[in-house]
Amino acid sequence: MTTQLEITDTEATALADLAARAPSTLRSSVLVEVGLLDRYGRIDESPLGPLVVAWNGVGVVSVDLAGDQEAFEARHLVATGRQAIAAEVPTRLANAIARRLDGDRRVRIPLDLRGHTGFEQDVWRKALEIPRGEVRPYGWIAAEIGRPKAVRAVGSAVGHNPVPLIVPCHRVVRSDGMIGQYSLGGPENKRTILTAEGVDVPGLERLAAAGVRYVGSDTTKIYCLPTCRHARRVTDRHRLEFHSAAEGIARGYRACLVCRPASAAA
Amino acid sequence: MDADDRLIADLADDLDAAFERLVIAHQDRLYTIALRMLGDPGDAEEAAQDALVRAYRALASYDRARIAELRLRPWLSTIVLNRCRTVGARRATRGPKPVSIDGDANRPITEPEAPEAATPTAVAERHAERDRWAVRLAALPTAYRTAIVLRHVDGLTYPEAAEALGRPEGTVKAQVHRGIALLRTMLEAETRPEPEEMTA
Repeated sequence: MTTQLEITDTEATALADLAARAPSTLRSSVLVEVGLLDRYGRIDESPLGPLVVAWNGVGVVSVDLAGDQEAFEARHLVATGRQAIAAEVPTRLANAIARRLDGDRRVRIPLDLRGHTGFEQDVWRKALEIPRGEVRPYGWIAAEIGRPKAVRAVGSAVGHNPVPLIVPCHRVVRSDGMIGQYSLGGPENKRTILTAEGVDVPGLERLAAAGVRYVGSDTTKIYCLPTCRHARRVTDRHRLEFHSAAEGIARGYRACLVCRPASAAA
Repeated sequence: MDADDRLIADLADDLDAAFERLVIAHQDRLYTIALRMLGDPGDAEEAAQDALVRAYRALASYDRARIAELRLRPWLSTIVLNRCRTVGARRATRGPKPVSIDGDANRPITEPEAPEAATPTAVAERHAERDRWAVRLAALPTAYRTAIVLRHVDGLTYPEAAEALGRPEGTVKAQVHRGIALLRTMLEAETRPEPEEMTA
């Protein structure tokens, strides 16, 4: 074959002209996927009304009450160091959050908790174990994560939970049994969600005011935290109220293995 | 020190701070390679996005010394070609899409050189000419097409293209030359007048 092997200028120009420009969406898609840029969007249905959720390829970054977009973007930038751009919440994520809000704990929602301390993440991971319809005191979390003296730090970590509702910090209450503060719009919102989840909030506060911390059953000789599903099954006839774990133990009661009230007493 | 050397140094220093610059500097070329390998703009965007995400994850797992040794152009080309194989294989199992020609999202980087002469007809003719070259390129055997896309569409040097493909430079040169020869054959076939119908 006697073809000339060198490419001609015309051919070179024609081939170089096949260079194309990447779609304008490519850059942001890549940055979101690797977690260097966030998107945020609105979820209309929740016990607290419309929410705004921010996410990236790593996971959900934050959950907040829907409000002014500019204010949200500014807060987001300060909190994460990343910009957030408005978008539609992907259907899969929206469905997963809806199911979680409905109490389905099996649905997996990846979270992006980069930038938060290991202690905070331990607190939030523990809060995820509290079942819907139940509450645990700050001291319970502190003891369960092996930091029994860090009750105040637990309170602070709970207050800084960036993904409220998904991580149910509303189920963490004061060690005296009172409902306590709530980062997502204040204590009234906490009452609203707990009530929506089936917690008898006024009943809980009556017990707290009376100094009652634990409930025992004289048939099983087991004592529980008041909202433990085992405590709620005890009929009035067999129900005893204790002001301290020591009181229960002195009367021959064992700690429930499900709600682990000893952790709350620590 | 060229722009990529500075970028490499900055990536080694602080990946998260420098990565967006890598995306900006290389997204057009990675998209171009993917588009010319796959033919479909949607598939090309997917392959280019996957390639950049994989590049980030690889960089995140490399230590400084390893990042400092990288040559971004061939390294990223290797990644996007791998993604093209994956996306292409998936496309093949789903059934082929017709080779689609450049849409609006796919303007040339180089604007026409003589804008005063770029009448609508001239622009249309130029686009039509591009489309014909895209179709010819798409018709080449994959090995030749890959070599030509890297060397003449993306503009890698032969050593860079050889590194990207993991083949000896001589092999890449031969593949480019054979590809060019085939393109010429196609051009000749297109310009040859239709043979007169034989009548008996």
